[in-house]
Amino acid sequence: MSTLNILFAGFGGQGILFSGKFMAYEGLLADKHVSWLPSYGPEMRGGTANCSVIISDEEVGSPIVDKPDVLVVMNLPSLDKYEDAVVPGGKIFVDCSLIERKVERTDVSVYYVPATGLASEKKIPTLANMIITGKMLKELGFSLDSVDAVLGKIVSTRHQDLLSVNKDAIRAGYEL
Amino acid sequence: MGEKVLMKGNEAIAEAAIRAGCRHYFGYPITPQTEVAAYMSKRMPKIGGTFLQAESEIAAINMVIGVAATGKRVMTSSSSPGISLKQEGISYLAGCDLPALVVNVERGGPGLGGIQPSQSDYWQATKAGGHGDYHNIVLAPASVQEMAALTIKGFELADKYSMVTMILADGTMGQMMEPVEIDDIEIKTVEKPWALTGTGMARSHNIVNSLYLKPDLLEQKNFERYEKYAQIEKSEVMYEEYMMDDADICLVAFGITARVAKNAIAEARAKGIKVGLLRPITLWPFPSQALAARASQCKAFISVEMNMGQMIDDVKLAISCSRPVYLCNRVGGMIPSPEEVLDKIISVSGGAD
Amino acid sequence: MAVVFDKPHALTDATMHYCPGCTHGIIHRLIAEVIDELGIEGDTIGVASVGCSVMAYDYFNVDFVQAAHGRAPAVATGVKRSDPSKVVFTYQGDGDLAAIGTAETVHSAARRENITVIFVNNAIYGMTGGQMAPTTLPGMVTQTSPYGRNVEAVGYPVKVCEMLSEIDGAAYLERVAVNNVANVRKAKAAIKKAFEYQLSGKGFSLVEIVSTCPTNWGVSPEKALSFVDTDMIPYYPLGVYKDIYAEEDAG
Repeated sequence: MSTLNILFAGFGGQGILFSGKFMAYEGLLADKHVSWLPSYGPEMRGGTANCSVIISDEEVGSPIVDKPDVLVVMNLPSLDKYEDAVVPGGKIFVDCSLIERKVERTDVSVYYVPATGLASEKKIPTLANMIITGKMLKELGFSLDSVDAVLGKIVSTRHQDLLSVNKDAIRAGYEL
Repeated sequence: MGEKVLMKGNEAIAEAAIRAGCRHYFGYPITPQTEVAAYMSKRMPKIGGTFLQAESEIAAINMVIGVAATGKRVMTSSSSPGISLKQEGISYLAGCDLPALVVNVERGGPGLGGIQPSQSDYWQATKAGGHGDYHNIVLAPASVQEMAALTIKGFELADKYSMVTMILADGTMGQMMEPVEIDDIEIKTVEKPWALTGTGMARSHNIVNSLYLKPDLLEQKNFERYEKYAQIEKSEVMYEEYMMDDADICLVAFGITARVAKNAIAEARAKGIKVGLLRPITLWPFPSQALAARASQCKAFISVEMNMGQMIDDVKLAISCSRPVYLCNRVGGMIPSPEEVLDKIISVSGGAD
Repeated sequence: MAVVFDKPHALTDATMHYCPGCTHGIIHRLIAEVIDELGIEGDTIGVASVGCSVMAYDYFNVDFVQAAHGRAPAVATGVKRSDPSKVVFTYQGDGDLAAIGTAETVHSAARRENITVIFVNNAIYGMTGGQMAPTTLPGMVTQTSPYGRNVEAVGYPVKVCEMLSEIDGAAYLERVAVNNVANVRKAKAAIKKAFEYQLSGKGFSLVEIVSTCPTNWGVSPEKALSFVDTDMIPYYPLGVYKDIYAEEDAG
């Protein structure tokens, strides 16, 4: 891997930006060059949200991911919008609890993750994003070794109680 | 060495300003720069500083004038429409020869425009956005690390030359996160014998003023200011050259578009096109000499901008129109893609042969 | 020989540029006397505005910054926040304070900014040659209300003390005049009280001084002074509009 372009997309409030931040820190702790770019504006308040994350061995040029190697989608409009943008041979992670249709592309690897369903089963309904992130970590060949360190960076000190549930969610996704 | 942390560009500006000794911030909410104010509102009360959300951008810049007149480091930040409102105050800062840092995290215009990133305030920033003959030093960061570094540098330059330094960023630079490392810096202080500190009954009164009713005196003040500007043009120009050694085509871009340009250069080089980038870091003073020096080597220049073509004028002036200068641009909050820049490079490369 | 009358130390030796009969000179002197009496000359920073008093910085022996039109309270806010130990005052006219600078006035009061505003209301734009001001009386003739201020067309004057009295952050508001000796004495007492309030950290204080403009009113200085009694004061009644500490003391 010289450069990994990841695009997270879904509704505002699903933790899209947080998942992106998690991956950016994964890259940073691995001594890579990283960038994280959110969509911003009214869509933060319930519309579609997306987030570009680039993890690279080289300096990051444009921080905008318009041709993702990896697409993580948590709602149908996002799949409709970005499916065709994924590079041939790329990976698409679909929250199949929320998106009923299948990916039409045949030149990419697709992972259907029932993230939202699993999250409500596990009584962690706000952490579907971390379940799908866990699955992505596994399929991209990341280990779980740095999860503690990364969460330590992005979970605020006031919410240390959230550390373990986030970790559980990531593990649940990783073990799918 | 500090630890690298991920920060938004806007937050990096705020933290760097605090490290640079700025203890007074005045602002007004506007997207996409609000994180600067939010950060300051959290930090300033804890370090004995002032965070004040003013009733308007106009009030905010005038509060900046008040602090600047007392000789302390002070800043405000906003985005394009708000910066327009601040222009009166910026003109007064110039006329009073006061140092201050003004941050513009640009969005699309004119009017209310949009909230997505833009570079369409280039003219306003570099050509005296308010009334009168004056310049601001204008710094254009292209990474979150530079957002921090140029903020610190901006305060130093403002103090050194007793004038406004503007950080000209855009919504992308403000909103994106990248690793950043801000070392505790040694604050370079400058003597400010003109500052309003109260006479203490020990000196004659200091006056901070931009009013000169006698035209010969006002002319003299303008001449003196322009001598200072000439000195800055000699000694403070900053730019980055990227793959320029053998370049036939020179891209000129600052901030976010310079990063897009680098992607395009990689793709063009893979196709055998010799293209490089000259990235102005100071937009004023503009790196005219550096560009002129490349005019004999390069057969064409391409100005890559997120506006209808503003910096391109300065590029043409710098090389005295001795080579064709093309524009590659998107506006309104759209960002040119590397492919669009590549297409322009290919067309210029073919067309110029 | 014993000195029985002298220029206050807080005034410079500069010759004032004001018109004959103008009361800016009296008001400058009152402020300077108060600065002398309170012993605050070395710690005072003034903020000049745009209008006839634009060059006030030349007349006071204290540090001064000249502000853009209407922005003096915002500039004063910056100065005061930079060093709260300094005594900070603005000197503004009616156009500056009650038209172009209304927002800065209202919000510095609302913030309870610990500054003192000296507001000179002579119902006209003097420096630009006598145009209608936000405080020009109904029916009053000016260069831009040549048929008299028609309230149907241009609305009513702004009563600053009354307006600000509704603002919680304002600590002390008083309207005074300088058209006779008794009023001059009261004006000085009000200015002194305003500075004292600031010195004891009580917050925003404003003294509105009903003043004259013989030149642009087109009358003799004497007639101008009597116009204050016959026309100005009835519209702008003198008195204390707010004094939160007096209210507290009374309560």
